[in-house]
Amino acid sequence: MRTVRNLTTAALLAGTALLGLPGVAGADSPSPDPSATGGGAAAPTEAGTSFRTATAVRPGRHATAQASTGDYLYWQFPADAAERPTVRATVKLPQATALQAASTWRIDVYDGLRRRQACRFGSQTHTVPAGTSSVELTCHLRTVRAWAEPWSGDPLPGAYYVRLTAVRLAATDVGQPLDAALDIDVEDTGGASAVDGGLSAPLVQGSSATVEPEDGWASGWWSTRWLWTAGGAALAALAGIGGHRLTRGNGRPAVPGRV
Amino acid sequence: MITRKRLVAGVFGLLVALTGGSFPAVATADSEPAGKPAPKVELVLDVSGSMRATDIDGKSRMAAAKQAFNEVLDAVPPEVRLGIRTLGADYPGKDRRTGCKDTRQLYPVGPLDRTEAKAAVATLAPTGWTPIGPALLGAAEDLEGGDATRRIVLITDGEDTCAPLDPCEVAREIAAKGIHLTIDTLGLVPDAKTRAQLVCIAEATGGTYTSVRHTDELSERVSQLVDRAAEPTLTPVATRGADRCEKAPALTPGLYTDRETFGEHRWYRVDVLPGQELRASVSVAADRAVNRDYGVLLRASTVHGREIVRGEAAGDGRTDVLSTGLRYPSPDIDDADTDGSGKPAAETVCLRVSNSFSAPAGVKTTPGLPVELSIAVVDGPDEAGDAAFLGLGRGWLFLGLLIVAGFVTGVLWGRLSRWRVSVWRTN
Repeated sequence: MRTVRNLTTAALLAGTALLGLPGVAGADSPSPDPSATGGGAAAPTEAGTSFRTATAVRPGRHATAQASTGDYLYWQFPADAAERPTVRATVKLPQATALQAASTWRIDVYDGLRRRQACRFGSQTHTVPAGTSSVELTCHLRTVRAWAEPWSGDPLPGAYYVRLTAVRLAATDVGQPLDAALDIDVEDTGGASAVDGGLSAPLVQGSSATVEPEDGWASGWWSTRWLWTAGGAALAALAGIGGHRLTRGNGRPAVPGRV
Repeated sequence: MITRKRLVAGVFGLLVALTGGSFPAVATADSEPAGKPAPKVELVLDVSGSMRATDIDGKSRMAAAKQAFNEVLDAVPPEVRLGIRTLGADYPGKDRRTGCKDTRQLYPVGPLDRTEAKAAVATLAPTGWTPIGPALLGAAEDLEGGDATRRIVLITDGEDTCAPLDPCEVAREIAAKGIHLTIDTLGLVPDAKTRAQLVCIAEATGGTYTSVRHTDELSERVSQLVDRAAEPTLTPVATRGADRCEKAPALTPGLYTDRETFGEHRWYRVDVLPGQELRASVSVAADRAVNRDYGVLLRASTVHGREIVRGEAAGDGRTDVLSTGLRYPSPDIDDADTDGSGKPAAETVCLRVSNSFSAPAGVKTTPGLPVELSIAVVDGPDEAGDAAFLGLGRGWLFLGLLIVAGFVTGVLWGRLSRWRVSVWRTN
């Protein structure tokens, strides 16, 4: 029957459209794949010592630095709207000069205006006993929003600073050599966290290096919500045609008086 | 409705913000920034009698230092102006007064002649006292002039024996001159007192402290510090905040430094046009021993004292700086007051920086804590008119609702047209 066939076609079309959506959404998200981004600048092997001298790191690169215990190590990375960054830092202490007393290590993440950003979870602070040779720290940040009210501390697109240091350190343990490593992963949350409004420029200021995502800052015009809404409209139109067809029955409408 | 010009305005605004007046153009790491003053580094080496001790890889401390210097001199980046100063190299006597003046410039700060510099280092023999304070003062003098970044790398194996001039106070006073000078210290097999003193010197100037037990550690670290000096860095401009907004200095976008003692309030002013956004961040450095808990408040208010927005930060434990920031989008008003020339009048925003750092007894409170203030003024943001992106929808429920609504509309429309056709036919 024609109506049924039409409905089936509509359903199939709808299904195809819907299945297509996540595919497109997936292609849209820049994956922090090191092999895909390996062609650019080399991974940094130094860390800065202040916000002003923070070393720029691209998400997906493995940044390393040699320093002394007690140093404050600074890096910065770009995070754009709808991204959810994760910072992982490793401190390795050469065995010979392992720490003689317990110490507490911490990573702090600050946004482009040097406001401290909260970690959703992750071991941001770690207290280790004497003799430890390795410390691992993690910070899972909140989703970066394209816009927020000035009175809120919500993460906004721009530079993010990472500070790695020992916040509690015995006097005897200061100045020992250490190797630090930093990895930044950025997960794209896609249209789910696309909010309205936007900054005219990302929060990047007051530092010698400037950071920018590999393919530039988002223009603020694209979101997978366009696809969802357009797809929804198309499906609604099909459903409307289907519904309209249903009311027409199998042929000419009955004329009152002729029945 | 919101005016949306993000695509164009965003890209150009970013370009302007990154390359325009507010910041110097950012030089790539491998190219020497044209017209920028060459960074200056002075290595200050302790040649006191204790450097004879043979406890670094079986060699004397002096031999280790010489070997490290040779390696460092070979690897100095070409743009760096390097000098060498010694302390305790000449006076072997017992007189403390003479011994404590024994510091001299071994190689002047300037373009490096490697052979000459190495020859000068080779002549050194462990001799005298450890006058760290006078050596630092001398080094700061050697590095004077120009607006370059300056770095002193101090290599010593013992504490300063020339009281009452405390080298730590000397370092803080040098840093307070606002000449972008950093002192990094390296202790050769240090004892507790030496370490405390060197840590204090490094902390006072935002430098680092390293304890050295092997020759390769020494040369690697010194090379690293010299390379660090060669990195192009933004140099902040010294300013002086006032105690009231009316007397405060008017700041344009850029990076500034100031000093603020414990509990002091410092005011600055920034002019913001309607529709522009002010972005300010402040870092207050703890350059000396401070009590465990501390805080920083950055407050933006109108000239009449009404608070607009604030940034606040609190912390505890060991830290180098405590920082916070704020953004204030000035409302875009169509009927803005004009200053006669047709341009809208700028709004003056007062910024107040205050801190709740406190010092333990015995710690000097002057000069104040270093304050770094970063100001930017950019175009205002596109205010959100809806919680979701452009009011667009997303999700399966949304799709389902659209389909059902479409279907119902189709059915109703079909019914309606059937009814109309039948009415027409009957007539």
